[in-house]
Amino acid sequence: MTSAMRESAVRLAPLILLVALVVLVASAADFAPIILQRRVTQALIMLVGVVGLYVFAGNSGVFSFGNVGFMAIAAYVSALLTMDPGQKSVFLPELPKLLAEQHWPAPAGALAGGATAAAIGALVGFPLMRLSGISASIATFSILVVVYVGLGNWTSVTGGQNSVMGLPNYVGLWTATIWAVVAIAIAFAYQESRGGLLLRASREDEVAAKAAGVDIVRHRWIAFTLSAFLSGVSGVLLAHFLGTVRVETYYLDLTFLVIAMLVIGGAASLTGAVVGALAISLLTEALREAEAGFSIGGIRLAAPAGLGDSTLALLMLVIILYRPKGIAGGREIGFPSRSVSVAGRNDFPPPNPFSNHELE
Amino acid sequence: MREAAQVLVDAVSVGGLYALTALGIGMIFGVMRLVNFAHADLITFAGYAIVVFFAQSTMLAVVAAALAAIVLALITERVAFRPLRGANPETLLVSSFAVSFFLEKTLIMIVGARPKGVDFLPGLARQVDVAGVRLQLLHLMTIAMSLALLGGTTWLLRATRLGLEMRAAAENFRMAEALGVRANRVIAAAFAISGLLAGAVACMIVAQTGLVQPRMGLQLVVIAFVGTVIGGLGSLPGAAIGGFFVGLGSILAQALLPEALRPFREAFVFIAVALVLIVRPLGLFPSRSLRQRI
Repeated sequence: MTSAMRESAVRLAPLILLVALVVLVASAADFAPIILQRRVTQALIMLVGVVGLYVFAGNSGVFSFGNVGFMAIAAYVSALLTMDPGQKSVFLPELPKLLAEQHWPAPAGALAGGATAAAIGALVGFPLMRLSGISASIATFSILVVVYVGLGNWTSVTGGQNSVMGLPNYVGLWTATIWAVVAIAIAFAYQESRGGLLLRASREDEVAAKAAGVDIVRHRWIAFTLSAFLSGVSGVLLAHFLGTVRVETYYLDLTFLVIAMLVIGGAASLTGAVVGALAISLLTEALREAEAGFSIGGIRLAAPAGLGDSTLALLMLVIILYRPKGIAGGREIGFPSRSVSVAGRNDFPPPNPFSNHELE
Repeated sequence: MREAAQVLVDAVSVGGLYALTALGIGMIFGVMRLVNFAHADLITFAGYAIVVFFAQSTMLAVVAAALAAIVLALITERVAFRPLRGANPETLLVSSFAVSFFLEKTLIMIVGARPKGVDFLPGLARQVDVAGVRLQLLHLMTIAMSLALLGGTTWLLRATRLGLEMRAAAENFRMAEALGVRANRVIAAAFAISGLLAGAVACMIVAQTGLVQPRMGLQLVVIAFVGTVIGGLGSLPGAAIGGFFVGLGSILAQALLPEALRPFREAFVFIAVALVLIVRPLGLFPSRSLRQRI
């Protein structure tokens, strides 16, 4: 192996390993019973959403509470474009004719949903990204509320508070896997790009980055738009996985779940986003089993309903208190041994005068 | 003309509630840079305290509501937020989100998610004649109480030693500590006051809607948050004024928008907020202490 090849392998290590992890999980699930397979599919859909949030929140250090709003917008766009016109006339009789006639293929609907979310993200991000850190986080909350109120009352197009049923049920294990891989690749490409690195620099020290000439507002805006696209795609996948879409699904509970996954995994690295999504899916599944109950020697034991949500919130709090950088601790996963210095570069170790010699 | 006066009184009373909520949030933000989502649960828990005690006596229910919110505020401070003192505002925000979610879900686990009806303060539901205009007594009471609490808080901050310490801590926490302000005392006091405000808001909301449900606080707090941002985070008068105008705006939008657009009124309020922020990214009354220095 030449040193150039080794260097690029080391640089791409997080991408290669995370994709391998996702494919491994999916392949294992392929042999599992159908119920477990559906759980894994759902976990991978959440993974797309968490990676979507990570692209903005992880790289910029500004939290967004608005991404689930983008999921909702994209889900409705895809539903309206891909549903069978006959079905639409049943659930949404007042739909404008132009929309009612559309019958797009599924992938086109997913892309259109993501693109609409990205366009709206770019539009609202334009004023919002001018805000500084904490005000920006709160202002993103208003995106969630506006989308929720808007979609929930626009009855002629969305059916209001009612569910829209009969969406093409095309999202299975491998569709979700493909999108998970795509999301990881996009997020990785962005964070390794010049813009991504500049944004991460502003995350570490806003004042210093500004002084060095980084146009923080512009890079946050780009990341926000990209993040809205990925979140949108995950919203589409979720809708077509469930076969129904309802505004209530895309509100605070989902927001909390996505944020908890990112924070527990570790918001500062892509590895954290992926690991958090998978680990929390596993945990919530275990808690769901506990709520359903199990029998020991004829005695039925069941945890009280709602225990899962409560435990998840508590776990998130414990993580913030005792391991604020999450499971991944801000690091990217890397190949063992010699990759340490590159994989750990997010930590900005103090300069070591000998490090260059050691690398040679 | 009469109708206009009625709408205005209604709008001012709602604005007052949002101002109190925003002030409670702004209080905590001032002393420890924490945007407290869990303020919602202070209001909710106070609401449930009313459910438990209102049948025995109104006075008892009011006291229980205030105590429930104050005690809960102090517990969250001690258990969740004190260990995080000095963490960056983003971390604090996310942790308060987790605290809020934990409290809400635990409450649902115990009492269920269904709304409960409460016939609280039925005496205030009647109308009174003021200069020939029939007004809801409840709205007038809400306005009076909001003014009293805003006045009381202002007095506390301006005229007492504790208030002086709190303002000093909001200005520059480390300097205040170096000059002998005791951090634990000031922060606990801020939480207690925000709890008291939450309890008062809960009483008025329960009297107005006659309902208590696990999400009742959240709806208020989400809108009050936006009020604090418009007002300028870190400025207490800014928070109160911002909260007031957001509440006022939502009721006026309800009255003035054409029928077809009314369900979207909150959306319009939030869009108006975005427009304000384009012009003044730091809010209407930016706090000097918030600007980042090296």
